Amino acid sequence: MSSLTEKDRPIVQLLLNTGTCPRCILRFCCVGSQMLYRHPYKDLMKDLKEFLKNNQEKEDTVCFDVVDPPCKRIRLEQTEEGTDDLNHNGALQQIPSVNDGNTAMENSAVKVCNVCLGILQEFCEADFVKKVCQKVNSADYQFTSFVFSVSLPPQLSVRERAAWLLVKQEMRNLGLSLAKDDIVQLKEAYKWIIHPQLSEELGVPADGKSLFEVSVVFAHPETDEECHFLATACPDCFKRAKNKQSVFTRMAVIKALEKIKEDDFLKHFPCPPSLPKNLCVAVEIQCNNGAVFVAGRYNKYSRNLPQTPWIIDGERKLESSVEELISEHLMAEFKADSFNFSSSGREDVDVRTLGNGRPFAIELVNPRRIHFTAEEMKRLQQTINNSSDKIQVRDLQLVTRSAIGRMKEGEEEKTKTYSALIWTDKAIQKEDIAFLDDIKELKLDQKTPLRVLHRRPLAVRCRIIHTMKSEYIDEHHFRLHLKTQAGTYIKEFVHGDFGRTKPNIGSLLNRTADILELDVESVDVDWPPTLDN
Amino acid sequence: RICVITLAEAHPLLQSGKTIKSINYQISANCSRLQNKVSGKSKRGAQFLTELAPLCRISSSDGEEYTIYSCIRGRLIEVNENILSNPAILQEKPSTEGYIAVVLPKFEESKSVTQGLLTQKEYREVLLKRLNSSS
Repeated sequence: MSSLTEKDRPIVQLLLNTGTCPRCILRFCCVGSQMLYRHPYKDLMKDLKEFLKNNQEKEDTVCFDVVDPPCKRIRLEQTEEGTDDLNHNGALQQIPSVNDGNTAMENSAVKVCNVCLGILQEFCEADFVKKVCQKVNSADYQFTSFVFSVSLPPQLSVRERAAWLLVKQEMRNLGLSLAKDDIVQLKEAYKWIIHPQLSEELGVPADGKSLFEVSVVFAHPETDEECHFLATACPDCFKRAKNKQSVFTRMAVIKALEKIKEDDFLKHFPCPPSLPKNLCVAVEIQCNNGAVFVAGRYNKYSRNLPQTPWIIDGERKLESSVEELISEHLMAEFKADSFNFSSSGREDVDVRTLGNGRPFAIELVNPRRIHFTAEEMKRLQQTINNSSDKIQVRDLQLVTRSAIGRMKEGEEEKTKTYSALIWTDKAIQKEDIAFLDDIKELKLDQKTPLRVLHRRPLAVRCRIIHTMKSEYIDEHHFRLHLKTQAGTYIKEFVHGDFGRTKPNIGSLLNRTADILELDVESVDVDWPPTLDN
Repeated sequence: RICVITLAEAHPLLQSGKTIKSINYQISANCSRLQNKVSGKSKRGAQFLTELAPLCRISSSDGEEYTIYSCIRGRLIEVNENILSNPAILQEKPSTEGYIAVVLPKFEESKSVTQGLLTQKEYREVLLKRLNSSS
């Protein structure tokens, strides 16, 4: 815990004279007391000037004693000072000139700090806090904590560097040193001041791990070109990135500042930094909630429904899709911006999914509502199921992002069971197909089916049919139940795909076979957890 | 759009009495269709075919040799190696297991390729005309 001492005096004087605000001055004097930064602006200004006046004071009777409650201090100073304009709600107002010699600060509105460009001035005030909270409240999000992220214009780093060099030089003259890391970071100090205010207004705590993010982007167009000299000094730091408006990103500027030599820097940039005319502007105040994930299993009862929307050249080929039928209601309830649908494998348009259904997960992006009880999820499931007879969902629940991995591993590793209705050209009797039941672990070589060859690479896949069970229907039809390895093309196993899947039902029966109907009977993945609905 | 090249119904090789002696995918000193290798979704490395590009040469036991042409423009995806080991299927199942090759036209040319082909009906009419004019 440090406060201002004798040795800080020349720095304070120097920075004040060159147009730096009280809070930045505290930062450069390595003052680590958070509370001090939260004092009203005018009080800090006053106390600093008071500090400068007390030339003869000893070290222990320091003005910036943190233990003293601020109001007591003000009253004391008031009786000493005499008249002064005290504005009670802490808004910035006129400050008297520093009367210690050559530099005279104009008796007008508060000058914008040449280091923080107003971030630690105007943007710590209650008015700005109110503005942010208004934005948050009108956006109508559900949240229990928040993380406040701030984007500062890159030239602030440049000005910070210039100020540091200025102070370092002064300290050298006094035989002292100042490490860059000892200076309090601007963003840190800003958060010290604004977090409690935001927390109070919003009624929830600030939490670095919160999923609800309030972000503000600051810009200072007046000084945007100040970074440009770095491009000539360190050209390799500034690569033209695609889709980015400016090459001078914060990261690039910081990198360049690390590389550039002190004298080069001083050659191109004024030290101390120049006085800006205007404050920063808060260009964007945005809210964003972290994605939530809803998982479940779906059954598909239609032979005319694609899993994802089927649109060619802007024209929809088939009405609706599995993902739309499920997501529509979730989007409405969670009030999300968009969704990402994924499932453990998929089936063709004309294939039904029976049994326990196929696991799926939907990522809801930037949801306004995030808390749902098990009851509410059940009701949501019912709503989806009532809205369509083409699909049904079960085990609908909220899951974590890591859960998606479990679902995808099911796609590659787990087995599936199917039921196929098969036609043969030559007549068959019961005895002709009975032998199929005895075949175990049948190895197939499947070339990429012709029907997907236009969009998949040509390859040969080895897949295994674990078991089969046949059901004779008539001389030209039978039903086959199969349990296969994940990734097996069932249709091609039945008709042979021009002989490119070997063996196939046709070759096994020595006839020409074709598939009339296919159903997925089960997807053998034990995720998501079964709920007792 | 994937295309499968097969022998047409009326092809001499499919008429009775013809036996296939050999099938050769080596169509010139430098080019064997068997060496065709494609990689990736866009089928890079494929031999590009024009309408008159030969796919293979088939010799029948009566000494005749027939050159089978691609008839469409596109990348050669694969030739049917099964007919090399079992030439009989070329005659028994010319439209399925006895196919000759698989070709993938350029996406932009897809429509024009299709339009340049005859429907089943139109083909039958051509055959009928041929029959009538020759008799």
